[in-house]
Amino acid sequence: MTQSAQKNPAQSEAVEHGHADKIGPDPNYNFAYLDEQTKRMIRRAILKAVAIPGYQVPFASREMPMPYGWGTGGVQVTASILGPDDVLKVIDQGADDTTNAVSIRQFFVRTAAVETTEHTEEASIIQTRHRIPEKPLSEDQILVYQVPIPEPLRFLEPRESETRKMHALGEYGLMHVKLYEDIATHGHIATTYAYPVKVNSHYIMDPSPTPKFDNPKMHRMPALQLFGAGREKRIYAIPPHTAVYSLDFEDHPFEIQQWEQSCELCGAENTFLDEVVTDDRGGRMFVCSDSDHCNRKREAAE
Amino acid sequence: MIGTDSQTSGRGAEGIAVTNVGFDNPVLQSQAMYRVLLSAMSRPGHIVPCELLLEVPASLAQTTAAAALTLLDFDTPLWLDPAAAAQQALVDYLRFHCGCPIVEAHGHAAFAIITDPCKMPSLDAFPEGSDEYPDKSATLLIQVERLDDSRGVVLRGPGIENKQTIQGKGLPGGFWQQVQENHARFPKGVDIVLCAEDRIAALPRTTQVEV
Repeated sequence: MTQSAQKNPAQSEAVEHGHADKIGPDPNYNFAYLDEQTKRMIRRAILKAVAIPGYQVPFASREMPMPYGWGTGGVQVTASILGPDDVLKVIDQGADDTTNAVSIRQFFVRTAAVETTEHTEEASIIQTRHRIPEKPLSEDQILVYQVPIPEPLRFLEPRESETRKMHALGEYGLMHVKLYEDIATHGHIATTYAYPVKVNSHYIMDPSPTPKFDNPKMHRMPALQLFGAGREKRIYAIPPHTAVYSLDFEDHPFEIQQWEQSCELCGAENTFLDEVVTDDRGGRMFVCSDSDHCNRKREAAE
Repeated sequence: MIGTDSQTSGRGAEGIAVTNVGFDNPVLQSQAMYRVLLSAMSRPGHIVPCELLLEVPASLAQTTAAAALTLLDFDTPLWLDPAAAAQQALVDYLRFHCGCPIVEAHGHAAFAIITDPCKMPSLDAFPEGSDEYPDKSATLLIQVERLDDSRGVVLRGPGIENKQTIQGKGLPGGFWQQVQENHARFPKGVDIVLCAEDRIAALPRTTQVEV
């Protein structure tokens, strides 16, 4: 599921409608695309998800005018909570200007005529594909994650009936064995993304394939975090100020990625870096994955 | 659109007389009300004000009506407490505008509207879900006369940074003890929305009460 392989059939048309189209939402669609009964069903699921942090609530995911893997779960969650007064930011691997982010932003500009922004602090709703912005979020914001596989135990136990029982019984030994096998094979926990977390000391949850660099940001985050998995038909949530611990061992404590390099564009030393290949002779550079954070830092320096 | 013109104030689909209208703009008003509910549920005990100008049947609070219009439909069996069920106008209003089935037994309810909390069944009488499906549990809309979060019982848990106080006038004795017992059943349990006339607060099952 690489960015470059993704194409959105609705995108070209949506782009033609223009970004700053202030004449209101496309009258051919209901506000924010989904019909009202679907929104009610999703809204009820989100309330139960918030009341049971980390538990995956099944919901009747709809077909969306974009393929699975494009964030159909996140889009349905956003469509169900979005109002005309919201300011929406969409990021794909930290960047506002990549294909997936641009097309989802255009989708909501067209169907809800909502104001959009690239600035983290201006957004009331941020839909993300696999990154948490570097700038800390506030109580007034909602972070919506697009999730491909919501079940952290799925690759260890393929049967839904069994994983459901494991969650019910808190039977998470298998996950610790998996992390231990990492240590036995590599000498350290080699899981670098979709690193399992325990929410509110109860459910083990997949933080979607965010890099483990972002896991500590989830712990007691002031913003509400909502997760939508369209293909797998699950919604889950972390309320504000909720304890989120990354699993580890006493002798192998959880650690985030570190780089020897700093961002070559803005010089940041404490952000998540992407390695970008610049030519066919081994040239490469490290740059911030959060494009807004990087741009703002460079603007401030000028 | 239901509730925008006078025609809907006549006789409804089932031949019931419906005298009160629903939302003027169902799409945007239910969205706004949902964000109020979501904000309350994510910050337990925190009072969220909501300004509503709904014309509602007697003994149904504006906030209760708005929450019902926002969340209920043919998928959500609703239980009404005897005080509410006795009022035909209220029953007709919910049946017409929400289209929800109204059930006799509170054990079958996905939602419950409680207008007289002093006579309500205990919290553990409502569906609490199962260990495998804790989401198959009831959400209770409990009407209170007044809500005040500057004092009262102390709440802790997810959604609360340190602690939160809350006081509700019109709640039965032993209510907070029941809320604490409801928390003890986690992940099973019911979720509660306290509805005053112009403000709401929520008590999801994660909330601990220092009684």
